[in-house]
Amino acid sequence: MPILWLILIVFAIAAVGFFLGRSRALHSSGGDSRGLHSLPFYYGANVALKTAVPAFGLMIIWLLVQPLYVNSQVSEMIPDSAVKEGSSRSLVMAEVRRTASGLNNAIAQGHLTEDMVNNARADITDMTQRLKDAGQVVTAEITQPVLRAAQSYRTLTSTGYSIMNVGVILVALLGAGAGWLQTSSEYRARNVVEQGVSVLLFGAASIAILTTIGIVLSLVFNTWEFFKLYPATEFFFGTTWAPSFSGRGGSSSLGIIPLLWGTFYISLVALLVAVPIGLFAAIYLSEYASPRVRSFAKPMLEVLAGIPTIVYGLFALLTVGPLLLGVFGDEGLGWMKAGTAVMTAGLVMGIMLIPFVSSLSDDIINAVPQAMRDGSYGLGATQSETIRQVVLPAALPGIVGAILLAASRAIGETMIVVLGAGAAARLSLNPFEAMTTVTAKIVSQLTGDADFASPEALVAFALGMTLFILTLGLNIFALYIVRKYREQYE
Amino acid sequence: MNDMSRVERQVDTKEIKLECRDCQVYYGDNHAIKDVNVDIEDKTVTAFIGPSGCGKSTFLRCLNRMNDTIDIARVEGSFKLDGEDIYDKRVDPVQLRAKVGMVFQKPNPFPKSIYDNVAYGPRIHGLAKNKAELDEIVEKSLRRGAIWEEVKDRLHAPGTGLSGGQQQRLCIARAVATEPEVLLMDEPCSALDPIATAQVEELIDDLRSRYSVVIVTHSMQQAARVSQKTAFFHLGNLVEFGETGQIFTNPEDPRTESYITGRIG
Ligand SMILES: Nc1ncnc2c1ncn2[C@@H]1O[C@H](COP(=O)(O)OP(=O)(O)OP(=O)(O)O)[C@@H](O)[C@H]1O
Ligand SMILES: [Mg+2]
Repeated sequence: MPILWLILIVFAIAAVGFFLGRSRALHSSGGDSRGLHSLPFYYGANVALKTAVPAFGLMIIWLLVQPLYVNSQVSEMIPDSAVKEGSSRSLVMAEVRRTASGLNNAIAQGHLTEDMVNNARADITDMTQRLKDAGQVVTAEITQPVLRAAQSYRTLTSTGYSIMNVGVILVALLGAGAGWLQTSSEYRARNVVEQGVSVLLFGAASIAILTTIGIVLSLVFNTWEFFKLYPATEFFFGTTWAPSFSGRGGSSSLGIIPLLWGTFYISLVALLVAVPIGLFAAIYLSEYASPRVRSFAKPMLEVLAGIPTIVYGLFALLTVGPLLLGVFGDEGLGWMKAGTAVMTAGLVMGIMLIPFVSSLSDDIINAVPQAMRDGSYGLGATQSETIRQVVLPAALPGIVGAILLAASRAIGETMIVVLGAGAAARLSLNPFEAMTTVTAKIVSQLTGDADFASPEALVAFALGMTLFILTLGLNIFALYIVRKYREQYE
Repeated sequence: MNDMSRVERQVDTKEIKLECRDCQVYYGDNHAIKDVNVDIEDKTVTAFIGPSGCGKSTFLRCLNRMNDTIDIARVEGSFKLDGEDIYDKRVDPVQLRAKVGMVFQKPNPFPKSIYDNVAYGPRIHGLAKNKAELDEIVEKSLRRGAIWEEVKDRLHAPGTGLSGGQQQRLCIARAVATEPEVLLMDEPCSALDPIATAQVEELIDDLRSRYSVVIVTHSMQQAARVSQKTAFFHLGNLVEFGETGQIFTNPEDPRTESYITGRIG
């Protein structure tokens, strides 16, 4: 039975419970809703909540735990001899899972029957052939232990799901029954529903937080794996980035410094472009522009923010790069060798960030109370004096926050760098040379066909972790600045 | 000779500092000030009284062109400061506001230190030659704003950290620091305790020796105490304008009488 059906059944039980609870409540007060502690609706909702929440809770937990359990059970079944030299148990398990899902698909398409699949003495070559016929990817010949494991993987999974279906429906029925029995005119259904709602909201918040924690943990574990294979000191302090893919042999140097430098340099150029232009645009829009200009210009600027970054990347590659090359290249000043350079990516990224800075700053400047400006005008200050000495200082914490947010975006930006800055990891001061950033390298480390367990691939997690800590630090710093100034100004 | 005659004239009737004729103010379609004629005399305190929403603040803001900052506000009529039309194209509103200072209805200190709040005007207009002079101006202004004693030990603390009443006195000190010729005060004492109110009233009386002061107030007693002239506004009209003593003892218009005796409000 598919999960969707299970969900619908639980909802149906909850709906029935709702009406039963409601009518029982009305009945208990002799049909007069004024005799009830709460409105009849709350009695229904009480029963419905008690039906759905525990049932869905069980379902979610089951869905999370079952694969882990099945995996560990099946993995124990695989004899050590089946794990080839240079491979690992987890790779074999991946093979088992692939085979199991291949078997499922083959059954669904009618190439195999349930009996054939479950046949313990099934012929391996025949089975492989049939799987291939069914269009299921089978890497090589399936080995005997893998097929056995896949078979028991399938049975364990499907029994698990059957037990879950029964369990969930049982819990739903029990919940509905309990809620229904509680229902009487004295029962404080309204308060219970209130609590139920707060539990639901808490659940939503926890999911958001738990996912974040999960992502961070997976980063941490993989980074740990990486540092087991590659010394941390060399990663953090190495000044060359030269991964060699295992196929070609030789060892890689995976120093993060050139990448960090590239990230920093390109972001710096981007901010040097975006902050003044964005800030001045915001000041113009909020202080000088007439309402007509404003109503037209502000959405225009915000359209810029909606352009996908890959389009900016193309713009960098096809327009800005050649343009810069014309001026600074061999025909011009001779500083630039190719169109892809720190300058190209930085300029385009700066353009991308302008609406970001201007729109945030504009809101912040508008939030400065008019009374402040009046006070300054009332003392005979001009508009620009007022803006410089009163409005901007009052808006400063917010503006700093906006700039740091823009910086976070610049650091995390990938597409523009890939297309605009080149792929060479380099430590250089010349902004007309190609460089690359942490994010761009994460992409290139994972898109190759490197083994996921090799340091060349795992380094992506260490890079991601470093980036995460950097942006986190930046955001915390932004918050600190905002708080500090706010204390002073309010 | 000329000087002599001026001095003589000042003794009996004072010179007119600000002459307002046929003033109209519109907020969009709302006609907020209708046909108002007022003469603000030099070295005099003029009080504007009237029920809430009758246009006192609006009229006050016309006198230093603060209504320019409101997009929908439109001002008509003639306003002459020392015989010169302040709404003339050649007049710089910025310069005008340095001469006609303003204290607002709600305290609005800048997000700066107390010192910088007061030094703001003098700095913009270059009134101090050096730091020592500036210090002196700041201290004098804070004393006149009746707040020096409370803040002298924390001049570099933020002005926004003061209490509401202290903030209002800081704003008064800030306005006084630029040495305006006319000082417009919109309910300067509405957030003050009786002691600070008395101090501000003393300041107003003191200012009168050199400037003209226009004060909006909801307190009849205050108007009677500090002003020589009183204008009563009602629904955007100037109902009555004359000597304070006469307005309070023997008003001509029945509406004025009802208001000061507390029957309309
Ligand atoms: N910025 C504005 N935009 C639109 N209408 C305004 C604005 N300021 C004032 N008004 C309108 O003008 C009229 C007069 O307002 P004003 O603030 O001058 O009254 P007031 O006499 O100062 O009242 P109060 O004693 O409560 O301060 C009111 O009807 C008000 O709604
Ligand atoms: Mg007012």
